[in-house]
Amino acid sequence: MADTLLEMRSITKTFPGVTALEEVSLTVRRGEIHAICGENGAGKSTLMKVLSGVHPTGSYAGEILFDGKPVRFNGIRDSESVGIVIIHQELALVPFLSIAENIFLGNERRGAGGLIDWNRANAEAGTLLASVGLNENPVTPVIQLGVGKQQLVEIAKALAKDVRLLILDEPTAALNDIDSAHLLDLLRTLRERGITCIMISHKLNEITAIADSTTVLRDGRTVETLDMRDGQVTQDRIIRGMVGRDLTSFYPDRESAPGAEVLRVEDWTVRHPVQDRNVVEGVTLHVRAGEVVGIAGLMGAGRTELAMSVFGRSYGRDVTGRVFMHGRQVRTRTVAEAIANRIAYVTEDRKRYGLNVIADVCRNISAAALGKLSRAGWVDGNEEISVAEQSRRNMNIKTPSVMSVVGKLSGGNQQKVVLSKWLFTDPDVLILDEPTRGIDVGAKFEIYTIINRLVADGKAVILISSELPELIGMCDRIYALSAGRLTGELAVSDATQENLMALMTKEKEPAR
Amino acid sequence: MTSTRPAPEPDTASSASAPAAALHTGTSDPRTLIMRNLRQSGIYVAFIVIVALFAILTDGVSLSPGNITNIVLQYSYILVLAIGMVIVIIAGHIDLSVGSVVALTGAVSAVLVIQQGQPWWVGVLAALAVGVAVGAWHGFWVAYVGMPAFIVTLAGMLLFRGLTLQVLDNISLSPFPAEYQRVANGFLNGLLGGQGFDAFTLLIAALAVAGYAVSEFRTRVARIRYQQPVESFPLFVARVVLVGAVIMFFGWQLAHARGLPIVLIILAALVIGYGLVTRRTVFGRQVYAIGGNLSAAMLSGVKVRTVNFWIFVNMGFLTGVAGVIYSSRANGAQPAAGNMFELDAIAAAFIGGAAVSGGVGTVVGAMVGGLIMAVMSNGMQLMGVDQSTQSVIKGLVLLLAVAFDIYNKRRAGTSR
Repeated sequence: MADTLLEMRSITKTFPGVTALEEVSLTVRRGEIHAICGENGAGKSTLMKVLSGVHPTGSYAGEILFDGKPVRFNGIRDSESVGIVIIHQELALVPFLSIAENIFLGNERRGAGGLIDWNRANAEAGTLLASVGLNENPVTPVIQLGVGKQQLVEIAKALAKDVRLLILDEPTAALNDIDSAHLLDLLRTLRERGITCIMISHKLNEITAIADSTTVLRDGRTVETLDMRDGQVTQDRIIRGMVGRDLTSFYPDRESAPGAEVLRVEDWTVRHPVQDRNVVEGVTLHVRAGEVVGIAGLMGAGRTELAMSVFGRSYGRDVTGRVFMHGRQVRTRTVAEAIANRIAYVTEDRKRYGLNVIADVCRNISAAALGKLSRAGWVDGNEEISVAEQSRRNMNIKTPSVMSVVGKLSGGNQQKVVLSKWLFTDPDVLILDEPTRGIDVGAKFEIYTIINRLVADGKAVILISSELPELIGMCDRIYALSAGRLTGELAVSDATQENLMALMTKEKEPAR
Repeated sequence: MTSTRPAPEPDTASSASAPAAALHTGTSDPRTLIMRNLRQSGIYVAFIVIVALFAILTDGVSLSPGNITNIVLQYSYILVLAIGMVIVIIAGHIDLSVGSVVALTGAVSAVLVIQQGQPWWVGVLAALAVGVAVGAWHGFWVAYVGMPAFIVTLAGMLLFRGLTLQVLDNISLSPFPAEYQRVANGFLNGLLGGQGFDAFTLLIAALAVAGYAVSEFRTRVARIRYQQPVESFPLFVARVVLVGAVIMFFGWQLAHARGLPIVLIILAALVIGYGLVTRRTVFGRQVYAIGGNLSAAMLSGVKVRTVNFWIFVNMGFLTGVAGVIYSSRANGAQPAAGNMFELDAIAAAFIGGAAVSGGVGTVVGAMVGGLIMAVMSNGMQLMGVDQSTQSVIKGLVLLLAVAFDIYNKRRAGTSR
């Protein structure tokens, strides 16, 4: 078939003890945007690793046809030589090198005598940057760019390799809505230029907005490929394929019955650790027992910075303002003080800030409250295990044993371990920073259920999220932050994605 | 070796699947069982192989009573240093200064005891105090100024070597009085009378075996009570009997030489004590937490600076202990004492399974790592292998040990 660019036939890939892919087939038409979705562990990344040659020919069964011809890849270089380029979720740019150096890394523009011709490289880089709509000097070090712009540099780098099939793994996961929209526009432009694109994404609204076809994977098998061009396929339809069941109500219901005020933060101002500006300015907010309060804001609005500075001055300098627990002013100058005042903060990036991934489940759960398990500095190891076992049952953590290393669990289960750790500190208020980022739909639902259970038990929850439907689905009230200032507070009954976004972008536009 | 733990002991992060493997003893075939346990216990197996190899190569001389006593006396100070070093390494640091500090502490002690005629215990206390002060110095720069330990202790290596020369005025001091020499060269012998061997040493060995068996049994009972997987009962008995037999053989050989070395008692106390500190105390947990993920530890309320400071103070203290033992064994202080000790201690920790990136390692592992180096050096000396070849072989062993460890981890990590 002339209009088929890529065909993967009956790909089966096994790892010791696990079948990651079983008879997976994927057909991508020339010039389309093809979305791949599925829960974590469904086999999306493995499939892309097979396609890009990370898993070499011979390590899997099945065949790959590119442009109608069978291809055999023994590494990234092989797949790139025919024009297949993959951009990973964790961007692979070298921070201290310039944009141009990054774009031509491993693909250098050589001049006389094999030396690199930097004039040519910088000039070509400038052209490429223009084609992805990035207005930056090619000699700027990548570290000075935000994540959104770095993503564009990655795409420019792919274009420099004469890409024919561009694979993007969760391209918008770390982007704010404006950058995401820009990226999706760019993908449409690339499509017009005839570049075929495979996009792995958890964000179903983006898939329905942009994709021409969607292939759904579940448990290492192809469930279905949906034709999206007529616009009939809804997010619910995709979710049904991913989880194999209808999610009539994606956010579990909850009786809202807020009680007395638990945490109040007054006039909170935080300076950037090195730059001369306020990251958070004069923020006042409160949360009551049995209440979920959302904080909405774009990247750089100061949501995480607000939370981390309240939680033991873990961010910023010259922090001013007052923190009250149950109406009484408290000191939270160190993390230990914050914990002692029954504040818990579940960090945004689990692996970097939340977990010791090389330690076992048990030790991660006890890490923030070892004092409760010890006498005179000696830890009661048996009690620790029983606490961990209890969490495992209550939270439904899927792990072979509480002695298993956390790094081997799936994202959703890792998040449940982090939650267990903080619940064991017996907090009155939990600040959850992007608690469902990068975890699959089923695990998300479990996390939501846990949050609801917590507020039913009288805890107060502050939910920081980039996903507006999540905030609207889960919260009682939502604060909007923009450039460090509070720009609004809405009861959930008044909140819509549109008016929240209006508040989040109020005052000044974020600098380009 | 009284406290050397056997292979399948579920220790820290490294052995997550050991209990699971043991749990399946009834169902999984012996080959997979051995393979799984081998991965967990490669270091112990390597140790046994090396001991057996040199026993054969030296016609049993390496396991003779006299030689076993010699190994204990010759390498005790490296093992003491390795205890402190593995804790430093678990937290993600390094200490390059310990060789110089061993020299400095020994020198201070020698000046006080030999030059000024102070009693032996004044020398010991002064050496320990100097060690602690040096540790506090390093701890200050690493923990509170935030400098990399590599640089701080590299500077310390030069600084304290220089101070050693100044303290000693560039000359060697000797000899120490007899009491001081007993620390490293003394024996407990004949306390229960002799029948051609030392009954007291055997009694201590028997007590150690009994203590080990009771403690293992209690751990097992507790784990069963908390519904944690344990190895099958015959396997458990076999393991305890095997370790007991090794300890008794070791005691028997010592009893037929000069008796129980005092330095072995010091070493055993330190190994048991620090084994407990690393596994069972809040401080120990915090060391692993810092090395495993610094940011997560901070955000879990660990006072990272305080912990780092005390890690170095502790390293200084143990360096002081090693300084006393070394000066006692050398019967004096020399300006060049302790040269390259830091490298032996670091090698012991890494051969014993500590990770370069921090967060992984055990005191017992470091002891086995140190003993591997000790048995190899000693065996090669007995065989008359020349110094240069010894160095090449030891270098290769360090390289291969860490390579093997990385290979294992990579294989374990490919399950996703």
